[in-house]
Amino acid sequence: MWRDIVLVAGKDLRIESRSRVTFSQVVPFAGLVLVLFGFALDANRPVLERATSGLFWITVMFVTTLAVQRSTSIETTDGARRALLLAGIEPVAVFVGKAAAIAVQLLAVELVLVGGIVVLYGADIESFALVAATCLVATVGIAGAGTLLGALVAGVRARETVLPILLLPVLAPVLIGATRAFDDALGSVAVDGWAWLGMLAGFGAVNLVLGALTYGVLLEET
Amino acid sequence: MTTPAISEAPVHTRSTTSRLLGVAVLVGLVALVVLGFFGAPEDDEQADAVRLIFVHVPSALLTYAAFSVTAVGSVMWLWKRSVWWDLVAHGSAELGVIFCGLTLFTGSVWGRPTWNTYWDWGDVRLVTTLILFLLMIGYLAVRSMGGDESAIATRSAIVALIAAVNLPIVNRSVEWWFDRTLHQKSSLTDGNLEDLTLFTLLLGVVVWSIFYVWAMIHRFRVGWLERELRVGDLDLAIEQRRAEAHAAGDGGDQ
Amino acid sequence: MTHLGYLLVGWGVSLGALGLYAVRVIQRGRQAAARVPANRRRWLASEDAS
Repeated sequence: MWRDIVLVAGKDLRIESRSRVTFSQVVPFAGLVLVLFGFALDANRPVLERATSGLFWITVMFVTTLAVQRSTSIETTDGARRALLLAGIEPVAVFVGKAAAIAVQLLAVELVLVGGIVVLYGADIESFALVAATCLVATVGIAGAGTLLGALVAGVRARETVLPILLLPVLAPVLIGATRAFDDALGSVAVDGWAWLGMLAGFGAVNLVLGALTYGVLLEET
Repeated sequence: MTTPAISEAPVHTRSTTSRLLGVAVLVGLVALVVLGFFGAPEDDEQADAVRLIFVHVPSALLTYAAFSVTAVGSVMWLWKRSVWWDLVAHGSAELGVIFCGLTLFTGSVWGRPTWNTYWDWGDVRLVTTLILFLLMIGYLAVRSMGGDESAIATRSAIVALIAAVNLPIVNRSVEWWFDRTLHQKSSLTDGNLEDLTLFTLLLGVVVWSIFYVWAMIHRFRVGWLERELRVGDLDLAIEQRRAEAHAAGDGGDQ
Repeated sequence: MTHLGYLLVGWGVSLGALGLYAVRVIQRGRQAAARVPANRRRWLASEDAS
């Protein structure tokens, strides 16, 4: 089981690292979004500082749709899904493995983005522990929901547009929770950020369980 | 001799039951408009704006009822592979989106004169209902993607489950986010409503519910017919090919 | 009557939307029923008719 998870995650990450898309396109895209938000808000420091946490997580949501689409297209091209099933790997292991690969990529992008908000938006990180914990817990949930919905729209027409319609409303609680937690970590709003981690963890747990239960059905039937 | 019965097969989706329900809806609507506009008394604070309650609250209740049916139908599809439940889930989702849209719209229209705003981000029910609306738009989008019948049913059933499971989390997160609400605590039960207002409100819920059942009967039959068209055409084509192959194989005997 | 504009818009859109949906679903039913072979339109036909 664990071996299979590591195998699937390793496979996806190896494909990503060899194609270099994450670092040559996704990371620059994330940086670009940060810059564009700066333009949109007129480089107005007080507004930017107040909005930094929200903009950070909106950017992560955009990157998520890209990462999920790439992760799904790995399986749909060349009938790789069938091959995965034939290889006798448990669907649960495929799900967790692919989610883990997406999570690793998102965490890498988030690391760059944290640097971005410090440099571009002048964010002043008061609690590195809270920033790290929020990124970790929120990303697990995002990756779980993203992997499940990615498999759901795999191989159908118009999937590029259907995925964001499905994924972004589901991620709404993450956006709210992670933004609040960051507000605390950056000291921009006086809230208890750690309390929000519980909500994020609940979201992650619920969506991972749901994904583990239904991923097999999707893999076999669609 | 079964052919006469076949030739009398209807070219519409009506039946005696749906007719009776339809008439009941129309009669109920007339009564609702009369009572809503002229029977029920105006509110002390809201004056006549309170009369929007008679369309807003029934729409909201039916939204959640319709999506609950969709959730149940989705589970039944995944569990029993029942096409009947799949069609019910689809039809109910369509009606639910309409009721949900009406809930949001009438809520905004009502909010303007009473809360002095069309929209409030701090209100839990408002934001939760909006997210539900967006989720179910996604559900219908998946429904319209095309492809294999049972694959669509499975995909959309899982979308409905994801929506059903995540909605309480959305609700809770919005609740923590602002921790306040403009909505009155359940006005149905706290006894603050005048008798006639309460009666009219219940009438509204009944009329909306009968409309839902009426529309579901028709929508189910439409779904069933359209499914017949998609699946049946395929079956028919296969049958014809088989017949052709058969005729070609032993054509000498015919 | 106060707030008459709000009332008419709220009620009008609600009844209008439900009415439009009702008309649409009946139309769809008629169109589909006309295209499905008679022996498959069986929600009213007796059991042995199928």
